[in-house]
Amino acid sequence: MKFLLVEDNLDLANAISSRMQLDGHVVDHAANLEDARAFVATEEYDLILLDIMLPDGDGREFLRQHRASRLDTPVIVLTARSQVSDRIGSLDLGADDYITKPFDHAELEARCRAVLRRKSGSSKSTIEVGGIIFDPVAGHLTVDGVTLSLRNRELRMIELFINAPGQVFSKQKLADRLFSYDDNVSDNAIEVYVGRLRKHLEKSGMKITTLRGLGYRLDHDD
Amino acid sequence: MTTSPTVSGSLRNRLVLTLIGGAAVLAILLFLTVRSYAAKVAQQGQDDILGASVSSILDAAALRDGHLEVDIPYAAFSMLSTPSDDRVFYAIYQDGEFLSGYEDLSLADGPIEGRWAFQTGQVRGERVRQVSASRTLVGLGRQTEIEVALGQTQDALSDTLDQISRNAAYLGIGFFLLTAALSFWVTSSTIGQLNKLTTSVTRRGPQDLSPFKKPVPKEMAPLVTSLNSLMGRLDQSLSQSEDFIAEAAHRVRTPLATVRSYAEATLHRVEREDNREALKAMVRAIDESSRAAGQLLDHAMITFRADHLEREEIDLVVLIRDLVQRLIPIAEMKELTLSLSGEPSVPYSGDSILIQNAVRNMVDNAMKYAPSDSAVEITIIAHPEPQIQVRDSGPGFPPDEIDTLTRRFERGQNAVGTIGSGLGLTIAQDVATAHGGALILKNRSKGGACVILSL
Repeated sequence: MKFLLVEDNLDLANAISSRMQLDGHVVDHAANLEDARAFVATEEYDLILLDIMLPDGDGREFLRQHRASRLDTPVIVLTARSQVSDRIGSLDLGADDYITKPFDHAELEARCRAVLRRKSGSSKSTIEVGGIIFDPVAGHLTVDGVTLSLRNRELRMIELFINAPGQVFSKQKLADRLFSYDDNVSDNAIEVYVGRLRKHLEKSGMKITTLRGLGYRLDHDD
Repeated sequence: MTTSPTVSGSLRNRLVLTLIGGAAVLAILLFLTVRSYAAKVAQQGQDDILGASVSSILDAAALRDGHLEVDIPYAAFSMLSTPSDDRVFYAIYQDGEFLSGYEDLSLADGPIEGRWAFQTGQVRGERVRQVSASRTLVGLGRQTEIEVALGQTQDALSDTLDQISRNAAYLGIGFFLLTAALSFWVTSSTIGQLNKLTTSVTRRGPQDLSPFKKPVPKEMAPLVTSLNSLMGRLDQSLSQSEDFIAEAAHRVRTPLATVRSYAEATLHRVEREDNREALKAMVRAIDESSRAAGQLLDHAMITFRADHLEREEIDLVVLIRDLVQRLIPIAEMKELTLSLSGEPSVPYSGDSILIQNAVRNMVDNAMKYAPSDSAVEITIIAHPEPQIQVRDSGPGFPPDEIDTLTRRFERGQNAVGTIGSGLGLTIAQDVATAHGGALILKNRSKGGACVILSL
């Protein structure tokens, strides 16, 4: 997916960008409102991540203009305020959701997915690999003409594999991707989810291979 | 927090007393003036008749053959007749010698030649108004002076005076009552303007610091102006501190977010187990501190709002549905199902931000302890009182700690290993108490916790 990140703090912007690129997303970064307006005018984005406090103005102003110009790109506001004291009313101004800094990337992703699903129902860019069609927004996997609805962790796991076919993912990496830091992860949890995915992929041209001691990999079925 | 002002006197009493006192004095003056004027006029009338009468008697006197003859004309007495049958006395003197009539009716003192002398006195125990007049008669080589005193009781006059006094009294009382009523009306409509201002200040919510725009009387304009300027300054300093808090939060949370994002990104590249554990610990510490900071701020805000509870008409179902909508992405991450059931609509008068925050904390708590793939059930009921129940199928509350968990910073034994500040249930309980309700913690018979926010 293609994101526009409007954030004046370069360190944070780099951190978010690199974290999102890891997940296979494309991120354009605007450090101020002027740049953001220029990006929005020339590019089309799936989603805009908007900081409120920017050097050349208030993010809410951008939001208002954005809504007034009838662009329906969803906007998620990144705010430093806590929930109750949040009198900014960004939701009233047309933000689709907001997330409080610092945030869990899995949560940001979940919110993006929820917003996109609410807006359009499905992704503009589905991924086709080896006879399977994957819609990361709707959470649908189409195998052999049959569309399956994936549970959240199945979805996150297949997304990881599909974005990097042939790459080996260790159990730990998969666990980091699937569980948050305060989840109690049982030893066989990853095996359970790999097992489920294997079942979904049974009739496709892809399979998940176990590499003993190393991890798992998505391969073409030969 | 509210200090009662020192009260010294009452504007209303001062106004009413002044106006009514003034009205009373004016009414009495009116009464006295009317009565004395009427008495004067009535007396004047009687005097004129008495004068005319005495003149006609004197005119009838003549010297005939050196003798004085007085033939009192009939008209002299008939003109004195009154409806009250007043009695008439007369006395005729010649050169100071009593000649005829009532001897005890004496002449007025002093010279009376040529004009009437009036006086009021007692004759045979009755109050009598009398006139004295004299005439010098000149005859053949003889000159004699005739003096006549004519008196009349005053029954008719005092009847008339009584009547006039009564009417004057009615007039005075009427004037007084009208003025008193007017002064009450004027006072309460004047004080009413003040009361109206007071009500509109009192009725404002704690957040409303906008200036008063409604028209006020000219005399109150300076008060409203200074009130508006005071509120303006208050609003400015409040929004300054709000901006400051926002700026501070921004400055603190943005670097935290940077660290967290880098740590997460790094975690994906690092293979060594001890490094990975260090990074995870870092992320957990950041989550814990930001959550604690957020909840402390929330708690302070909630304490403030609970102290100045601002009730508005809300629908609990709409409110909680919005909240659930926002929490669904988090539930999905943990593969939990959030379900909302119960009444289709529960109208309630309360603070939406407080209730939403309380329920958010309850649901957060449930989601934290609920096992993967389970359901967190939110039920809203309307009777006997509005309740929001949150159930999970986690381990439930430790039975021996169930009473202490709502204390500030108190966390259950089984909270080890989960991120939390120990403020969540405290916030929910504060919100319940502020709305006159309670927070009830229970364990479900088939396992799991049940938290009820009863409003």
